[in-house]
Amino acid sequence: MQKNKTLLYLILSIVSLALFIGIWYYFTAVLQIVSPKTLPSPVKVFTTFIDKFTNPNPDGATLLVHALSSLKITLTGYLTAIVIGVPLGIAMAWYPKVDLYVRPIFDLLKPIPGVAWVPLMIIMLGIGFASKVTVIFISAIVPVLLNSYSGIKQTRDVHIWVARTFGASDWQMLTRIAIPTSLPYVMTGIRVALGAAWTTIVAAELIASTEGLGFMIQQSRGIYRPDIIIVGMVTIGIIGSVLGLLLMLIESVLVKGRSKV
Amino acid sequence: MDEARHMSKSIIVAQGISKTFTNKRGSTKVIENINLEVRENEFLCLVGPGQCGKTTAVNVLSGLEPASTGTVKINGKTITRPGPDRGFVFQSTALYPWLTVMGNVEYGPKVRGIKKSERREKAQYYINLVGLEGFEHSYPNQLSGGMQQRVGIARAYCNEPVVLFMDQPFGALDAQTRYLMQEEIIRIWETAKRTIVFVTNNIEEAIYLADRIVLLTNTPTQIKKEYKIDFPRPRDYTDPDFLALREEITNEMDKTL
Repeated sequence: MQKNKTLLYLILSIVSLALFIGIWYYFTAVLQIVSPKTLPSPVKVFTTFIDKFTNPNPDGATLLVHALSSLKITLTGYLTAIVIGVPLGIAMAWYPKVDLYVRPIFDLLKPIPGVAWVPLMIIMLGIGFASKVTVIFISAIVPVLLNSYSGIKQTRDVHIWVARTFGASDWQMLTRIAIPTSLPYVMTGIRVALGAAWTTIVAAELIASTEGLGFMIQQSRGIYRPDIIIVGMVTIGIIGSVLGLLLMLIESVLVKGRSKV
Repeated sequence: MDEARHMSKSIIVAQGISKTFTNKRGSTKVIENINLEVRENEFLCLVGPGQCGKTTAVNVLSGLEPASTGTVKINGKTITRPGPDRGFVFQSTALYPWLTVMGNVEYGPKVRGIKKSERREKAQYYINLVGLEGFEHSYPNQLSGGMQQRVGIARAYCNEPVVLFMDQPFGALDAQTRYLMQEEIIRIWETAKRTIVFVTNNIEEAIYLADRIVLLTNTPTQIKKEYKIDFPRPRDYTDPDFLALREEITNEMDKTL
């Protein structure tokens, strides 16, 4: 029954995707009511996609080079945000003193979108690696920290009581009760942050860069190559989905015995 | 038999305990001057109308919450905070969902630093005792309510406490599972005798389980009456004496809205 459902779901996904591409093809290649200068056919996009693997023209680098450049910056900022954000969020939730010192700064910075930092970062750090990593870091740390914080706050009194009756120390209650409780929330934060980081890198590269997927898209707009723009968009989508799936996999290994939040 | 019980020592001695909660709106007295002794290996049921303060009473008796006045001694020592000599069984959701059955049961000894082979052996003994052999590696959300409660009982037992406090542990179970668990807890208790303080608002359950029932009043709660239950075990819910006592306690119990 369950297997049948999964199969049905798979078939439906393929059909709806095929339908979407079919309509796109019909309007662009068959009816030709949309100029290929505005919207190329899916066939054209596909050939450009293959071509961009080896052809550095017209934007100076192959697709792989652009993608790796974007990935490197994103992952650096993103992983730094996790390494700092998760422990900080946990510490804020568990130790009121940490909360007292960090919260005011955090509350002030929280509503500023990551992209709004780009102009300042360009002035401070230039248009290279450092400025973009910083912007990614700022965008990603907000959801990571917030979710880790509220995850710890989900710790149930009765769980603490039981641990206390067993003579657990404060540190044991944090590591053995509160952190396991928070884990699904921490993972949610990490997943949301991936989206935020990936969105921000493209936006940052659109504004200021010399390589990367956002840069490739921006360059192609200037020389009227919508096919390359779409190739860039699709690549962004594919990489984002793959990273998301990878996280789901990690989550299913780490988070046991509970339904996801 | 009676002689033997007389000889057994008091494990819990509570003297003049009361509990008042104070907040911005004022203070509420929940417990009023409770004096209570619980003997070694006695199965004691605290029975009272809903919301009367039974949970607060058991929290104070066990040291989860400090008393406002009065003292509670366990094995002669005054208690003010929870400790490993007291075990708890709450409602089923008190299990750690991220740990397997084994992980939950061995948790207490693990925290106390008992080495793995030793605590595993002990945990396995209690898992078998509560009838969960074969489910060691299951997670709580894969178990039924009754099975989850068995894990809770094994977890409390595995830490080898002097007293077991059970706060309405079967309250969330359906009627049939509840009857089964009542039989089971008696079987477990007869195999591994402990002093048990069991809180319930179900009079039938209390008569089935208890050596002695302590009936509590409405808030601020105090002891209204005590009943010594001498019916032989296993008890029969439909026995005329059982039913007569049930009616007597029902009539005696304060009514709530």
